[in-house]
Amino acid sequence: MTTIDHPDIAAPAVVSGPEQTHLRAGFIPLVDAAVLIAAAELGFAAREGLTLDLVRDVSWANIRDRLAFKQFDVAHMLSPMPIAAMLELGSNPSPTIAPFALGRGGNAITLSVRLFEAMQARAGLADDASALDCAKALATIIAGRKQSGMPPLTLGMTYPYSSHNYELRYWLAAGGIDPDRDVRLAVVPPPMTSDALSAGAIDGFCVGAPWNMIASEKGVGRIVATKQDIWASSPEKVLGMRPDWADRNRDSVSRLIVALAAAARWCDDPANHDALADILAQAAYVGAPAEIIRHVLAGQFALDAKGNRRAVPNYFVFHGAEANCPSSAQALWVYSQMVRWGQAAYSPQGTATAASAFRSDLYTAALGLSERPCEEDVADPFIDGRVFDPGALEAYIRGFGAPNQGASA
Amino acid sequence: MSHFDLAILVIDENAVRAAIIEDGLREAGHSHVTVVHTVNGIARVIEATRPDVIIIDIENPNRDMMEHLFQLTRSVSRPIAMFVDRSDSASIEAAVEAGVSAYIVDGLKKERVKPILDMAVIRFNAFSRLQRELADAKSALEDRKVVERAKGILMKLRNLSEEEAYALMRQTAMNEKKKLVDIAQSVVTAAGLLM
Repeated sequence: MTTIDHPDIAAPAVVSGPEQTHLRAGFIPLVDAAVLIAAAELGFAAREGLTLDLVRDVSWANIRDRLAFKQFDVAHMLSPMPIAAMLELGSNPSPTIAPFALGRGGNAITLSVRLFEAMQARAGLADDASALDCAKALATIIAGRKQSGMPPLTLGMTYPYSSHNYELRYWLAAGGIDPDRDVRLAVVPPPMTSDALSAGAIDGFCVGAPWNMIASEKGVGRIVATKQDIWASSPEKVLGMRPDWADRNRDSVSRLIVALAAAARWCDDPANHDALADILAQAAYVGAPAEIIRHVLAGQFALDAKGNRRAVPNYFVFHGAEANCPSSAQALWVYSQMVRWGQAAYSPQGTATAASAFRSDLYTAALGLSERPCEEDVADPFIDGRVFDPGALEAYIRGFGAPNQGASA
Repeated sequence: MSHFDLAILVIDENAVRAAIIEDGLREAGHSHVTVVHTVNGIARVIEATRPDVIIIDIENPNRDMMEHLFQLTRSVSRPIAMFVDRSDSASIEAAVEAGVSAYIVDGLKKERVKPILDMAVIRFNAFSRLQRELADAKSALEDRKVVERAKGILMKLRNLSEEEAYALMRQTAMNEKKKLVDIAQSVVTAAGLLM
């Protein structure tokens, strides 16, 4: 038995004592918290001898701080959050690792109906136009507004270190729009996006489910791109925890991964989607109509209130296609976008630090897998035709041109 | 330079609580205090007031917006979330429990900021205690009303005296291990259905 003498950390009462089996887990009311919620509600955690206390929170900043200050043991997090924490970006960075990914999918970009109609009128956009065509049409509108001296459009996203920020920026840039110069990006809490759009406070947004569909079904928004259109392999939410806590609770971490993997498999099965929608609809969890959540889970999109629909296969993937494995390739892609948009500087050290946030080794060990199943394939192309090669990160980043310096420059 | 020269920005959608905090800060000798109730246009407020310390309600979902703002603006040079001293876990816990979060300009000495946070924590707690007491008083009044109505119903239906009606409900509550007010509520509901 070894004890670590560290003056800043209060010594635990019993160093080699039993591990913690009662875990407090923070989450934000979103459909992609489903795996955590199912694990707590349906006995997957209990079967592994764990008690999961779910605590609903209102902001990602709170999630980050409550995890850092040990009020949460684990938390539903945006995948870039542990990476930002490891790179010491943002306020109150504190070491955070992700040994489990809570699934892929769920994000989409929605524009106001007024803006979409202007895009149709000006660029002759069809009702079933592709995500790339929509971005290009938006670029012509923005150029026109600039010429006539109108103020820039405002687009909402959820957090500076979010997949939504990077996906929205990727989509804009693919259409020839500079996200820092041609539009104004603002953070809008997801439950407020639909109201902010109808009030005209924002002209569009990129958020997770169910908020895009809520705006489109209300008739205030038009969905123009889904995450699948931008990059199907991009990571979404992960389970975050403090590395020192994970070290002290190795067995509990393993059990939790096993429980979450079982819950994720359950969530993936379409036969369970009605039951899952009913659970998520509860006010204590997502608090949105079960009917809309059912559509979200099925990938049945109401694009607008006029009845234009689109089926997105695998819009939500909770378990299949290695969706639970936090691969270092994904972490590196997030890092590449942080560099591209001026949030971080590129360095070999930064690359290693970013990769260290996603712990597929813990995932693999917990599930008794002999190989790292997810450390290979991120080769599906992006909306702009690029392909990400994590082995040639610097060249990939350079391919985007000089990094943006942010709106403050 | 006096330690009262710190510029402090309080963001709280609850106007009453904000006023209580502002009061406390002024009592403690701080004169550079700005209070806003909405985060709309907060960038301009920050630009104009250049706060050293920002206090914001932890339940405000717009905290994420603040995080974004700090990336865009250089007015708050490198704000640190929340707490002055990471090793001071008692203070951290007290602040989170109370619902206080704060941003502090990097480099500010903790001795200058700690009294401000401590005061905010105390006032946040006092405010929630007040609210709780108010809610308790309200529900006590509601409870009494329900019990009175149930008593009236039983007196009329079963031809009981007021004391007998009350005793009957109390006995039932004891037998069923429920609260008196719950039994009274059942009586009122049942009467509403049957009569």
